Formats: sequence, C-alpha cells, structure tokens
Amino acid sequence: MHRHLAYPLLLILRRRVTPPLRRTLSSHSSSGEGPSSSPSLPIVDKVLIANRGEIACRIIRTSRRLGIRSVAVYSDADAASLHVKSADEAVHIGPPPARLSYLDASRIVDAALRTGAQAIHPGYGFLSESADFAKLCEDNGLVFIGPPASAIRDMGDKSASKRIMGAAGVPLVPGYHGEEQDVEFMKLEAEKIGYPVLIKPTHGGGGKGMRIVENANQFVESFLGAQREAAASFGVDKILLEKYITRPRHIEVQIFGDKHGNVLYLYERDCSVQRRHQKIIEEAPAPNISSEFRTLLGMAAVSAAKAVNYHNAGTVEFIVDTTTGNFYFMEMNTRLQVEHPVTEMIIGQDLVEWQFRVANGESLPICQSDVPLLGHAFEARIYAENVVKGFLPATGVLHHYRPVSASSSVRVETGVEQGDSVSMHYDPMIAKLVVWGESRNAALVKLKDSLLKFQVAGLPTNIEFLNKLANHQAFEGGHVETHFIEKFQDDLFVDPNDQALAKRAYDEAKYSAVLVAACICKEEQYARREGSNGLPSIWYSDPPFRVNHCAKRTVELEWDNDLYSGVSKNLTLSVSYLPQGEYLIEIVVDKDSMQQHNNVKVTRFGDHEFRVEIDGVSMPTNLCIYEKESVKHIHMWHGSSHHHFKQKLGVELPDADDIQQKPRLDMSSHQPGVVVAPMAGMVIKVVAEEGARVEEGQPVLVLEAMKMEHVVKAPLAGTVQGLQVVAGQQIQDSSVLFTIKD
Amino acid sequence: MFKTVWRRARSPLRQLGNGSSSCSSSPWTSGGPGLRFFAGVLPDGLDRSSEEFARNSQAMDGLLSRLHSSIHQVLAGGGPGAVKRNRSRNKLLPRERIDSLIDPGSSFLELSQLAGHDLYEDPLPSAGIVTGIGPVHGQLCMFMANDPTVKGGTYFPITVKKHLRAQEIAAQCKLPCIYLVDSGGAFLPKQAEVFPDRENFGRIFYNQATMSSEGIPQIALVLGSCTAGGAYIPAMADESVMVKGNGTIFLAGPPLVKAATGEEVSAEDLGGAAVHCKLSGVSDYFAQDELHALALGRNIIKNFHTAGKRTTVSVAREMNAEFKEPLYDISELRSIAPTDLKQSFDIRSVIARIVDGSEFDEFKKLYGTTLVTGFARIFGQPVGILGNNGILFNESALKGAHFIELCSQRNIPLVFLQNITGFMVGSKSEANGIAKSGAKMVMAVSCAKVPKVTIIVGGSFGAGNYAMCGRAYSPNFMFLWPNARISVMGGAQAAGVLTQIEKANKKKQGVEWGKEEEAAFKAKVVEAYEREGNCYYSTARLWDDGIIDPADTRKVIGLCISAARNRPEEACKFGVFRM
Repeated sequence: MHRHLAYPLLLILRRRVTPPLRRTLSSHSSSGEGPSSSPSLPIVDKVLIANRGEIACRIIRTSRRLGIRSVAVYSDADAASLHVKSADEAVHIGPPPARLSYLDASRIVDAALRTGAQAIHPGYGFLSESADFAKLCEDNGLVFIGPPASAIRDMGDKSASKRIMGAAGVPLVPGYHGEEQDVEFMKLEAEKIGYPVLIKPTHGGGGKGMRIVENANQFVESFLGAQREAAASFGVDKILLEKYITRPRHIEVQIFGDKHGNVLYLYERDCSVQRRHQKIIEEAPAPNISSEFRTLLGMAAVSAAKAVNYHNAGTVEFIVDTTTGNFYFMEMNTRLQVEHPVTEMIIGQDLVEWQFRVANGESLPICQSDVPLLGHAFEARIYAENVVKGFLPATGVLHHYRPVSASSSVRVETGVEQGDSVSMHYDPMIAKLVVWGESRNAALVKLKDSLLKFQVAGLPTNIEFLNKLANHQAFEGGHVETHFIEKFQDDLFVDPNDQALAKRAYDEAKYSAVLVAACICKEEQYARREGSNGLPSIWYSDPPFRVNHCAKRTVELEWDNDLYSGVSKNLTLSVSYLPQGEYLIEIVVDKDSMQQHNNVKVTRFGDHEFRVEIDGVSMPTNLCIYEKESVKHIHMWHGSSHHHFKQKLGVELPDADDIQQKPRLDMSSHQPGVVVAPMAGMVIKVVAEEGARVEEGQPVLVLEAMKMEHVVKAPLAGTVQGLQVVAGQQIQDSSVLFTIKD
Repeated sequence: MFKTVWRRARSPLRQLGNGSSSCSSSPWTSGGPGLRFFAGVLPDGLDRSSEEFARNSQAMDGLLSRLHSSIHQVLAGGGPGAVKRNRSRNKLLPRERIDSLIDPGSSFLELSQLAGHDLYEDPLPSAGIVTGIGPVHGQLCMFMANDPTVKGGTYFPITVKKHLRAQEIAAQCKLPCIYLVDSGGAFLPKQAEVFPDRENFGRIFYNQATMSSEGIPQIALVLGSCTAGGAYIPAMADESVMVKGNGTIFLAGPPLVKAATGEEVSAEDLGGAAVHCKLSGVSDYFAQDELHALALGRNIIKNFHTAGKRTTVSVAREMNAEFKEPLYDISELRSIAPTDLKQSFDIRSVIARIVDGSEFDEFKKLYGTTLVTGFARIFGQPVGILGNNGILFNESALKGAHFIELCSQRNIPLVFLQNITGFMVGSKSEANGIAKSGAKMVMAVSCAKVPKVTIIVGGSFGAGNYAMCGRAYSPNFMFLWPNARISVMGGAQAAGVLTQIEKANKKKQGVEWGKEEEAAFKAKVVEAYEREGNCYYSTARLWDDGIIDPADTRKVIGLCISAARNRPEEACKFGVFRM
C-alpha cells in the first residue's frame, strides 16, 4: 500500500490525489476569495504557445488533456517541426532568426488575436521573462500565463531584486550593491566582505564581465576591467561586489503562487552540475540536505515570492556554501523552468496545469502541508554538442532518433523527431530525459540505464558524457557542486595519452565491428529478399549459395574514435556465411593475426533491430545507417556500448578523376598552359582579360558550336597571355586561344 | 472492491471463451492439419535404421570429403606466392571480384570448378578461369573471370572450352556476359589446341559478336593485362572499363613492340587506361582502382533496362513466391545413392527431397514404371521431372516421350534425374521395337525447347544417357553427384564384349588365349572404364557443369531453372517420330 502511494505516476496520482485537491479548490473559491466566474469552467479555452521545441510540445500535451485548444507559432525553420504538428492550429510568424520570429512580441500577440486565443503561454526563454511582453498581452486583453509584469521587472534587475530580498529578510550573499562606484570605495567594501570577492556587472548575465578576485592586490585591475566590459556589453558599467563562494552548490526552490496571495514551495532542485554555466543534470530533491534545511530554503523562497506579489510558477535560486552550510539568495526566475519535470515527478503534479488554473484565477489546489514528497527524480539534458571541443553546440540532422521508451517513471520531453535538423538558430537541446525512483539510488540506476538506451545519431551529443557523469562516484554519492565537471575532469574526459584506455576502447570497437558486420549481412539479406526485382528469392537465400564452399565477404569499417584519442582506425573483417545462417567472423588484429568469432547468430526482428548471439551470449543490437557527404555512417548500440563506424561510398560515385576533367589538350603536343580550341566555333564571350590572374579551372572564354556552349577553362593557375580572340570571332579547331603562364 | 467483483463476474465468461477455442483445435474436428489429405505427397521412402542407409551415408561422406579437398585446392588459385603477388598489385582474386560485383549476400552458381583437374602436367585450378551466374541489381549475369594467379591467366585448351561453355549458357539463357579480363592470352606452347579450330580461342569473339547482335549485353572489365588475342575481349564488348595502372590492352606488348619497331614504351603508355579511355576509345570507363572498376561494372549493369524486353509478367504468373520446403531432410540425399551401381533405389526418395513440400503429381504412374514422370515445383517454379527407376523398356521410353511433349507444349522446364544402365536388350525387346521407342524419346528430348536440367545421381550408360538428356542433348545445365559414372556401358560389360571380340580375332589367327592373359586383358579394360567413367574424369574435361553435393541438388536445380527461364518462351517443333 505504501509502495503504491509512493508511486509518482501522474495518472495514478491524479486519480488518488487530485480529487481531494479539487475539493480544496472548490472550497477555496466558495469561500468567496476567488473571482466571480465559476472555477470549474476554464475561462481560457484556447491558448497560444509563444515558443518552440520540447516546451511547446510539453504545454500542448497538457492543454490537450485539459481540452484547451492550442495554437503554435513557428518560424520558417520550424515549419515541419513537432510542435507545429502537435498543435490544433499553427501560425507562421517569420524567418528563422529568433528576433524576427519568436522574439517578435507584436507578431505573436497578433497571432493570438487572429486565432482567437485568450491566453499566451510563453514557455521558457524567448519572451518568457519580458515584462514588456507580459504588459503587451494584458493591454491586448490576453491572459499572460506567468507572473505579473511588475514581478518580472522587479526580479529582472539583479541589484533591485537583491534590495527587495534584503528588505524581505531573505539571506543575501554578503556584498555591496550600492550606487557609489568609486574604485577605492569599492576596494574598502571588498575588504569588508572578505576575499575572495566576486566582481559582477549589475546588468547582463552569462558570466560576462565577471571577475573573481583572490586578494586586495588584484582588485583595482579586475574592477576596472569588469567595468569596461560591462559598458561594452550592456551599456551600463554599474558593478556589484559579492562574497565569492569557493565550493558552492546551486539549489533552487520551485514556488507557485496564485492570484489570492497564496504561495507554496514545491521543494528544491539541485542544479549544481553545469558546463558553460548551463545546467546539464538536475535532480529533486537536493541530495544530502536535512529536512530542516529544506524547510528553511522553502520558507525563504516563499518570502522572496511574496515580497514581489508573485503568482504563477517561479524559481528562487540559492547559492549554498557547502563549507559553512549557509545559503544566499541569487536570483529569481519568473517562468516555468526547463527542469520543472523533476519537481513534477516528486510531487506528482502537472505544473503546466497549475499554470492554467492560476491564470484562470483559481486558488492553489493544495496547501503547503499537503504537498507530497515522493522519491527522487533526475533530469539529464541531451544536447547536440561537441563534448571534446569544449561542449561547443553542434548542428545537423537527426538521422536516427530513438529515445528510451517512456514509462511511468521515465519521461522523455522532446520537440524533435527522427529526420529533423538541429539548426544554428535555436538552442541545441534535443531532449530532456526525466527519470523517477523511490530513492536517489533507484532513480540513478534508471538514469544510467535510460542514457544507455537513448539513441541519437547524425550529430554529436553529450549522451556519453552524461553517462560518465551519472556513473561518477562523487555523483553517485550526491557530492555535487557547481565546479563538479572542472573538479573531476580527469575522470570525465579521456586522456588521449592513456595507452591502456586506448587499447580497451579499441578492443571494444573491434567487438562492436564484429556485431556490425553480422548485422549488416543480415540486413542486406533481408533487404534483397524484399526487393529482388522479380528474381526468385533463391538467388538471395540465407546463407547465400556457393557451389561446394561457403560464401565469404570482406567488410571494411572505419572506427570513428572521436571520444577517445580522436584517431580513427580502419578495421577489416572477413565474414563467412555458415550453412545454418550463422556467421564466422574474423577480424584482422594486426599484420599476421586474426581474432575469430565462431557461430555469430543474428536474428532480425525489425527495421535495423537485431538480437546477436556471439560467443554464447545474446543481446539486443540496434543499427542505424545513413549517408552523409558520400560516407556511409553506421551506428551501433549494443549493451552498454555505442560505436560509430564509417564506410567510404567512393566506389559507387561518379569518378572524380582528374585525368578526365582536365582539358584534352594536356595530351597534345603543345606546351603545358597552351590552350587550343577544342572544336571549331564562335567565341560568344571572353570572361578573363589578357594578363588576368586565373585559378586552375577558372573560365576564360565561352565558345559556341553546334548550338552548344562550351566553356574554355584555365588548365592551370597563372596569368592569361596571348588572348587575342574577341566575342563574335569564328575560330578553327585546335587553333591556339591563349596561354597560361605562371 | 469494485474491481474484484467485476473481475469475478467476468472470469466465467473468459473461461467459456477458452473452452470454445480449445474445441476448435481439438483432434476431433475436421480440417486439422494432421488429418488433411494431400494428393501427391511422396512418402519418406528411407529406412534410417537400415544397414544400407549407414553404408550409403558412409560411402558418400568419403566421396564428399574428397570433393571438398579438391575444391579447397582450386579455391586457393595458383598458390600462395602467386596470390600474394596478386594482392600486392591491389588486385582481388577472381571469386572475390565476382563477389563484389554481384548483389551483396546473393548466391552464385559457379560452373565447372574442377575443370582441368589432373588434365595437364601442372595443376590448372578451375582451368584458370572462374565462370558462373549471379545477380547484379536483380539481373542475372554470366561471369567469366580469368585467374591471373594460374599460369598468368593464359588460355589452355580446357580454359577455352570452359569459356565457350559459359558463353553457350549465356547465349541459351540470354544472360548478359561480364568478362573480368586479366589474361596473358593463349598459352603459347599449346597453341595448336588453342588457336586454329572452330571451338577454339577465336570462337570467344565470334560469340561476343553474335550475342551482342541478339541484344545480350557484353561487358568487359579490364582489371589486368589483356594481351594479343585477349585485347579483342574488351574491344568486342558493348561497354568496357579499365583500371588505371593494372589494366592494359594491346595487340603486342612492349617487348614485342621493341622487337618489331624498336620503339621503347612502357605498358601503361602503350595500352593503359588513360590511353584507351582518352585517345584510342578502346575503353569507355576510366577506373581509379579495381574496386572502382567493379563499382562501375555494377552501374553499367544497373543501366541495362532489359526488364522491358523480358517476359517477366508471364514468368511471374507461373511462379509461386511462397513455397514449402520438402517435408524430409534434404541432407538425407547423401544416404540414398548405393555404393554399388548394380543396386537400385527408388528415385522418388530423391524427388521427395528436391521438390516443394515433397509434392509430386505423378504422370502415368502405373505404366512404364521404370521411368518416373510427374509435375512438381522447385522454389515455386513449376517443373516436369523424369527419373529412372531401372532400365528403359518400350513403355517407359514411350511414356518419357509423351511426358516431354506435354511439358514442352506447356513450357514447363524439364528436370532429368539420371540413374540409367540403358535400354532393355534382347530379342523380345528388339522385336517390340525398343530402338523405335528409344528414338521417340531421343527425338522428344532433342527438340524440346523448354529449359532442361540434368542431374546424374547414379550411373549414366549407353543410349540411356541420350534419352535422359545427356551432354550431347544440350541440357542448359548438367551436374553430377560425386558417385556418378558415365560411359557407353559398364566396365565389366565392355570387358566381356571386348574379350569375346579379341578371343574371336585370336582364334582366327590361330592363337589360343590363356586364362591369365584373358584376365589381364579384362582387368585392363575394366580399369580404363573405371578411370574414364569417374565423375572427376568427366568434370575435368567439361563433359558436365560440375560435381555437386547431393544435399545441394534442390538449390542447384532451382538456380539453374531460374537462370534458364531468363529467356522468353521458344516455339518448339518436333521432327518426324518413327511410329
């Protein structure tokens, strides 16, 4: 029974928890606090979602469940994307750049008015924290599903927000937030705070202009530098000082308020593990904190929200000093956050539903003591990015996209499908993987398993890196902090000089290559039999027939070793088709030795889905094959490994033979560089001038003969000399046209 | 609580459902698979516990191990040294070349693997040329690939014969010809047997010309040298590809040029790919390397677009895409042939392991019972099968002629399973006109234009060989089991006949033959027949298209029929049947 209650499945909880909540809700409204309209009937029955990608899909899903019709907006780049397909209606709002589409407030408001939506959900990012946009919505009679514009404005200015928080008794990082900006004065303030000190522009973000000062000697220089940078980046050179916390944790509290002054805290999330100042793994609740501390955090967050008359979803971020156990207010995010699902998983509620209800003027469905805390949840953000190149965002086509299958405890929030592109215009996040378990350990096991089963191919992703993170001892122990990745970089990134590791990786790749070869053979056999061109299937029997011997073939694979030493290796495999449809696969280890796998058995049970038995052990194996830039890419997932191989397609290509493309005259008796007319005809255009510098292959003039134009190109790079022909001139076959000289 | 009640209420219903469904699969209902009666399903016909079965299996195992070791030898080509040299030039072996040309993972019906076996002083594995049929982009093609590791890919007399046989099959079955050329031309020491005659080297180009005129594509991939006469293979081809560096075409090589004109020139400059693709126009496609050439070859075949020409529609109509495997273990075909050819076996036990679902609708089952005739399907393809169950009598021959006419009229391919000691002899038989009856069957076999495949599963002696579509009757394909024997008559019979004649001659000369002398004479004849009647002797000389494992019989016939059906139906006109 207890087990059952602890289950976070939204559906179950909805059944078990929501009915009492509904009662709370109606009792609230019947008490006369609520607006006059009946709360059981939603006011909003059509919402425009001013966003894209996974969050748009996420909001559409809830609105669909609530019967609220959804309107998507899209730029040219998203015309065929999932959020457009999922919505009831979609409105085109402009070209791909966000500032001309998703950030264009007037077009979005216009789209809402045109489609008759009564409300706009901004999602996160884009216009979600724009007070002006919230105001614009209000002015146009549209419900902005989010906090009041005033709260957005108050929390948008870092100095202002801290002032308000300080007044409300929310703990602040010791620091100076005053108007006086004199460098010597500031230096004194810094000494008061105590080094190390953080210098930070009041406006802007993303770490721009931030400086850490270890001691008084560095202060002046750093301060002036930060001022300059702030002025250049944000136009405002105002600086604040803060105590720099050496081993911080990033813990944030989800709060939720209604329009009747009620604010709840829905526990905290730990988002300490970050790269490039962006979160990649979040969890709720935060590990290794006491319930007293949790309550303290929650109450502080509620105070913060109440101080700005907050309603709807919000997040109060705190920095926790792990050495002292103190926590300080950092900032408040006045929107639904990317990582909101982890909170949903541990309280069993749909926060988007709450957003709709609060926007409709309903009271919060439960009171603080009723908020359940069930188990533990993780979110891993799967990005298209190049981990080894400093997590640089990547773009490309999702040639293969097969997320782990969803269940009651595994959620995949995504806005893409197989075949979609991750473009440079927007955030390169592919999906959010959210898992829940009864305990942190149980959730972590599920996270690792789900990451292994999350298949993406076509562009580089951080999946393997996330998996390494999740498997790190310190992470397993919950010893998270914001410098986690830097601190454990030796464990998380592969040392290219580690020979033992390189060898192990190579061995694994060879094993993988054996599986790939077996699966390719099986898949081919299947594909041939399906489309055998009217030829009896006997020609494509499995195994292929040979008179008195076994058919054999060679498979060449290039192992794409981008995660390790960055060096690709060529693997040569020989596959023999054994009589019972099994394979004997030999792989060349080095010059003279072969590694042999007898009786590799492949069962195909779907498109590129196999079960391979090798050396007596069988495991499911997935293959993804796509072609890109005349290279065949093969990805294979098998157990805990994912490998990427390439095959050259060069042989089937039109030949790039230099000998055929060079003008014929190379073989003639003329000196190199002398260009003769390839045929008799008329000069119709002279492209290059006498004495002009030309590159090899650059057009020099155009001839016409037999009604066909023929471009005469420079056979090599150099200057054009002796060019005497003019347009309209008739020329003889093989007459010298010009010479190219170095 | 509600749930429990609901479930309890439902459960009796569910039980009821289960009960009724188990009823339908009960053995008492009609239509159960066990009781369905199939007309024409052959019985098993084998007693696995018999001593004979064990003896036959054991004997066949011995024959197969010899076959496999012979095959193993020829697959190694011209030996490790030559193979290594070949590799160092970035060249593949002929079978590897073919493997990269045919559709990946598809079957390849190789012909006469053991041609040239023990034929010359030096071994000549596979006669120095690999031939066979395989699909490229779903189009069946005939491949002829020189093996440069065997005597430099030169043409011995048997090489020419094997090449011409492949072309013959291609011409009969309208299969596009793909020549993988890598040959030094005729083997000069044997030029007298290679060059001058009708069925010699020159016939290759004649065949290319005539096949091309019939619209059968002729494609040459020049992967190595192509000297002298060999130069005409790419030159006569419809399209040809040359590999940079390795491929050369010239009528005379650099040494001969120097001797003749004094001109010093490298092979590449004399007849390399660049020369022939850019200047002479002897070749059409320039390949960077061998794999590129093979890929270009595949592309050329892809562009044939012969689909419109073929009568694929009618072929597809007759074919069952779905077919059943035989009911009995195919590998038991290795246990049927007796060690002693004098012992007979029921050919139906072979048919039962060759045809789809072991279903065989026998024609004239009760008449002329020493010849078994009937209709079946092999891999969904309809066939008419003739198999021997003893010597041919008058009735059996008439029945055979009748059945062949029948299949011929309906365009049903014929499969001959030969195990024949001959026609019945003796006064009664002669008086009944056995020669006339035999002639009818031979007439029918000769004139039938349907695809014909002959498998010799035992003995093939005398005129029985003719009536059952022996080599002289141009079956499209002919394969032997390892126990097969071919000769005009049995060794013992021949020895008896020859001894009688010899004795009579000696008697005329007044010489008396001693018992020992007679025995020695007999033994010599028997020994010669033993050697020359052996399947290796036959296959080495290309009297057939290869020796196969009995267990592969079904597959081989299936592939052969499929290849032979690549052509449109031909009108058939019989000659005068002696009545």
